[in-house]
Amino acid sequence: MKIDRRSFLSLGVGFGAGIALSPLPWKLTDDSSIWTQMWPWTPVPERGESRYVNSVCTLCPGGCGISVRKVEDRAVKIEGQKGHPVSNGGICLLGLSGLQLLYGPYRVKYPMKRREDAKRGQGKWQKISWDEAMSEVAKKLGDAKDKTACIMDSDKGTVPQLFKTLLTGLGSPNFMRTPSVEDSFELALLKTCGYPASAGFDLENADFVLSFGAGLLEGWGAPVRTFKANSLWKDKKVPVIQIEPRLSNTAAKSDKWIPVNPGTESELALGIAHVLIKEGLAKAEVSDSFKKIVSEGYAPDTVARITGVEAGVIVGLAKSFAAASKPLALCGRGKGATPISLNETLAVYALNALMGNINQEGGLFAVPQPDYIKWAKTNSNASVSKLLYGKDASLKALLVANANPLYSLPDTQAVKTALDKIPFIVSFSSYMDETAQYADIILPNHCYLERYEDVPAPAGYHKPLIGLSRPVVKPQFNTKHTGDVVIAIAKAMGAELPYDSYETCLKETFGDTWEAFQKDGVLTADFTPPAPSGKIELNETSLKPVALEGESSAFPLVLVPFDSMRLSGSSIGEPPFVIKTVDDTILFKNDICIEINPKTAQSYNLSDGKYARLTTPKGSAKVRVHLYEGIMPGVIAMPRGLGHTPGFTGNDKYLAGKGVNVNELMGSAECPDGLNAAYGIRAKLERA
Amino acid sequence: MGTEEKQIKHAADHAAEGAGGGPILFFIIGLAIALGIGWIAFPKALYSQKQQPFDFSHSLHNGLVDNGCESCHFFREDGSYAGVPKLAQCIGCHEDVQGSTPEEKVFVEEYVKKGKEVPWLIYSRQPDCVFFSHAAHVKVAKMKCEECHGPIGESKNLKPYEQNRITGYSRDIWGQNIAGIKTHTYDRMKMDDCADCHKERGVKASSVQTERDACFVCHK
Ligand code: SF4
Repeated sequence: MKIDRRSFLSLGVGFGAGIALSPLPWKLTDDSSIWTQMWPWTPVPERGESRYVNSVCTLCPGGCGISVRKVEDRAVKIEGQKGHPVSNGGICLLGLSGLQLLYGPYRVKYPMKRREDAKRGQGKWQKISWDEAMSEVAKKLGDAKDKTACIMDSDKGTVPQLFKTLLTGLGSPNFMRTPSVEDSFELALLKTCGYPASAGFDLENADFVLSFGAGLLEGWGAPVRTFKANSLWKDKKVPVIQIEPRLSNTAAKSDKWIPVNPGTESELALGIAHVLIKEGLAKAEVSDSFKKIVSEGYAPDTVARITGVEAGVIVGLAKSFAAASKPLALCGRGKGATPISLNETLAVYALNALMGNINQEGGLFAVPQPDYIKWAKTNSNASVSKLLYGKDASLKALLVANANPLYSLPDTQAVKTALDKIPFIVSFSSYMDETAQYADIILPNHCYLERYEDVPAPAGYHKPLIGLSRPVVKPQFNTKHTGDVVIAIAKAMGAELPYDSYETCLKETFGDTWEAFQKDGVLTADFTPPAPSGKIELNETSLKPVALEGESSAFPLVLVPFDSMRLSGSSIGEPPFVIKTVDDTILFKNDICIEINPKTAQSYNLSDGKYARLTTPKGSAKVRVHLYEGIMPGVIAMPRGLGHTPGFTGNDKYLAGKGVNVNELMGSAECPDGLNAAYGIRAKLERA
Repeated sequence: MGTEEKQIKHAADHAAEGAGGGPILFFIIGLAIALGIGWIAFPKALYSQKQQPFDFSHSLHNGLVDNGCESCHFFREDGSYAGVPKLAQCIGCHEDVQGSTPEEKVFVEEYVKKGKEVPWLIYSRQPDCVFFSHAAHVKVAKMKCEECHGPIGESKNLKPYEQNRITGYSRDIWGQNIAGIKTHTYDRMKMDDCADCHKERGVKASSVQTERDACFVCHK
């Protein structure tokens, strides 16, 4: 037999037929298709028992109830908690993405100390033990004594009270809260109602909403609650009037948008008050001094000239406001991340007061400050403007907790200069945020899903309420509860504190109510608000629009920051899920976009998508032009919440290098009552 | 070589071919090799064999418990199915060594005492893209465990776990028969097997929206 080419062919054909008659091809096809549907590198949660843990989200002042789904020890999803008094099952984008802040690469995993050979902000750290870290801090604070300061995002609740107690022990009054519209509300309510209170708005029961720049759909108040109220208004056909220089989402979804010259909201409010008083539409009495100022100086024609809103519109607004049975006036720019002037707050308060809706259903409530923390020994209260922007260079130590001043305060350069003068900075951040990077030592807190904390007074909520944030998962890293750290440091320094650990402190603070608090996750209290006095005293020395920084000759334009629901503005920055949702009219690839009216753009010969250099007296940035009819000519709007510089290795592509932090360009304009009421800053634009 | 001679040679070659020698033989050889590969070598190569951490007798345990399979493979309070028992369930009886088997000793010493979960290899684990509710089948449709899992409750030993090298899943999903032929309902656990049974029992309305069987009933 001869073996030739044909033999091989036959062998091949036979082999082929044999394979086709075997299960091999079919089985391989099946297996490979299964393989492609389940890439082995796609993470799949472990199987096991699933359950929900209820807690409170503390990523913003909203205080929403959350339900975290866990499979065994792993948290796999954050949902809104049904029936929660503030958020009733709702949750925002940031809250939903919180797991990326728990398991993502942003965490500070152990205590760290800046290396001796490194300057601040160089990112050179050495790992140290908790004992070393805490004794070093105790020693430094012992040296700094009353020259120690602390900055936090809130001054309510047990953790801020522990810090205040620590400071008081050191003889220091220097506790600062990051400025926000809460400052304006609290000051206005103290002056009008006479007791320390937070502003609460009974949104759900109002039947006419007049909003002076409040970003109802941009994250104002407790964002989820405000969104829900807004839907309710739509269902009940409650008119929403938005007064704002820019066509924001809130303005676009409102029943009427009234563009107003930036910074003249208080004049408009006083103009409306003028009509209410003159036409006898007021339903309640207010102080004579207020009536006098308003009647003399705020006739619709005068106000029309200042605000750019026609006199007829002002009268119409006043009449429809008065015609409603439960009208509600709101204020606070955007999310309320910056204060507004006291006069603006008082003017809007006055509209509510004239309608007799203070402490009434559907109205504005002066909710008394929580006073459940009986052990606190504090007399601390200081302002950022004095300690951080002022000339005073005597601070020796700064404690930073739940705050990121280097990112979130206006005029980044000035803040940096202030920090440079402070020899010792301690950060308690769970994340490598801008201020943590600039610290000398980091004592990382457990992340918000790993720790207990009482969360009093959700922003804008109209009843006294405390939420309980509790550990959903075990701490993932070598972190420590800041409460425990402060107690330990305070004890090491000989301060008198009745507790050894934060958990006992929390439990004993709540005493008999602790069990119910644990069970329900919220504590509410009844309060009978005192009858309003009608006292409203405007500060006459500041009855003129806030003067912005910068000469109008050199800086012909006005830059205003704006908020977006998709940019959290949180100190940590946006987790990947969130940043992916940001519009390309806000962030185009990695470039920040500014909104500019086509008319203004024309005079600079700029077209859509072109690059420009935006300069203010404080700084300068390269920006991309987005032509937008919804912004007034002469005004430029820039998104707030971009430009984070995460300081962990691996340079995260979701957070790093995205746009510019608008605070680098912003300055301050203090109203005579000490509130930074800068709604913007003067600016100029050049083609780049 | 003369012309005649050449012709003779040619004829001889032809004769051989005509008798079906070369090509057919080679065809058959090829066929045989391929069949051998496809039916015998391939299944051997496709699956790797793994041993369970230690042996376990279902029949022994079945004789000792009151509630059949559900004594250990139970439904949780929320209705979800717990699957293979965790240490927490076994500890009830096996806090200390009870009997005399070497396996139990391994279990108690290596796992119970150390508080370590047993890394059981699960024969019937479906791929991750499959959503399967035991409650719907056992509680609602009142199916017996054996219908899908076979008489595992009577087994005295644990067979080796065969893992598909491509997909990583157990051989029991496709079934022991490489051709996919089954004689019992529990021989295979592929989608077609689910579908067959659904069809047979007239399970049509498993999707509330379409009132039909729908992809997303199992593939969420
Ligand atoms: S609104 Fe604020 S508190 Fe509520 S879920 Fe979102 S980030 Fe959390």
